[in-house]
Amino acid sequence: MKIELTEDQLKMQAEFREFVDNDIIPFAAESDREERMHPKVLEKIIEKGYIGSMLPVEYGGMGMDMVTLGILNEEVGRGCSSARSLLTVHGMVALAILRWGTKEQKQYWLPKMAKGEIIGAFGLTEPNVGSDAKSVEASAVEEDDFYIINGHKKWTTMGQIADVFLIFARCNDKPTAFLVEKDRAGFSTTPMKGLMGARASMIAELHLDTCRIPKENLVGKVGAGLSHVALACLDYGRYTVAWGCVGLGQACLEASIKYSRKRKQFGTPLRENQLIQQLITKMLVNVKAARLLCYNAGYLKEIGDPDTIMETWVAKYFASKMVNEVASEAVQIHGGNGCHSDYPVERYYRDARINEIIEGTTQMHEVLIAMNAFRTI
Amino acid sequence: MENVEMKIRKFLSRFFRKHELQGNEDIFSLGFVNSLFAMQLVMFLEKEFGITVDTKDLDLENFRTLNAIVSFIDKKKVEV
Repeated sequence: MKIELTEDQLKMQAEFREFVDNDIIPFAAESDREERMHPKVLEKIIEKGYIGSMLPVEYGGMGMDMVTLGILNEEVGRGCSSARSLLTVHGMVALAILRWGTKEQKQYWLPKMAKGEIIGAFGLTEPNVGSDAKSVEASAVEEDDFYIINGHKKWTTMGQIADVFLIFARCNDKPTAFLVEKDRAGFSTTPMKGLMGARASMIAELHLDTCRIPKENLVGKVGAGLSHVALACLDYGRYTVAWGCVGLGQACLEASIKYSRKRKQFGTPLRENQLIQQLITKMLVNVKAARLLCYNAGYLKEIGDPDTIMETWVAKYFASKMVNEVASEAVQIHGGNGCHSDYPVERYYRDARINEIIEGTTQMHEVLIAMNAFRTI
Repeated sequence: MENVEMKIRKFLSRFFRKHELQGNEDIFSLGFVNSLFAMQLVMFLEKEFGITVDTKDLDLENFRTLNAIVSFIDKKKVEV
């Protein structure tokens, strides 16, 4: 057994860290405040090629291995949860096309998605349908060479800026995936405001009103939308969200250490207070534990081991719970300052909360992980 | 041939614990597997047998029973 990053991975990690420090963190507070991704952030992510991090080189992507991809999401998550969510949802759509798309779909969409000329968003959740994804109410009916889609999607990350949407609808009563371009007649979006955390995720509601798309926009087979397309997307989603939590936890830890060094109470820096030391220890160990679970899930993905699917559930479950504890402790260490937007931990705390809901709630994870344990142990 | 069946049986046994799976039993109707199983099975088959499961292969009949999966792998191996 060997747990260490390769030289290349270490080099990439340093590159990601520098990028996030210089090009993401300076815009994170403003993006949060204004509830929109600062255009410079998107521009820089595209310029560096990170928007195509998850795609193979043959389509113009960066062809990163799964662990390097994880580290990228950790680092971006350290700087801005909303920017990390862009990599997540764009990747989910790109990978769905890569895995189940036709040759024509791959050739048309993937080079554009790798370059960031096209941004993808994932349309599964609806006003009435969250965890129970198989019950989507949107419908698709075949008519000549088209599918006619009707439905309403909600909470779609990057829905305000995406160019293509992976929409899940019932076709012959079976969950099915379709690509819907933003300029199709009958398709429209409404921006959503007022999110508690990850406020620059540019979420939107999607309206499909007799939206006619060509048959070629079907992804995978009728009926395979959930079992193969969506679940594979969500595996990548969960993996990158878990990594984002590790990064956010790391940001909380680093901010707390910095603050504890300079803040003085009772004539000494906070760092000398043993109860502060206890908090720092808990934070540090929790972040490290989550990171190891993510490395494990990533390694299993890299070697194509089917166990990666459950290990990704485990990693996301632990990491999302972990980051809520860690962010709360970071606020506690910062005291009054931690409750104000002058300090980034206030944003970290709000951003952390989102992670226990997206890509499967903590409770869905508890049901699934326990059922798997009863089945296999 | 036997080797293929043994490998698949071993993988499936992780989900079926004490149940002795028959070659023609419907895996999906026995109540042992959850919604993630289809994806896990595809990953296993691709890694173990060096095949690629394409969209056209996504027919439940290819995966419904142990015997069906074995025939599917045999068919895919010929394609390779």
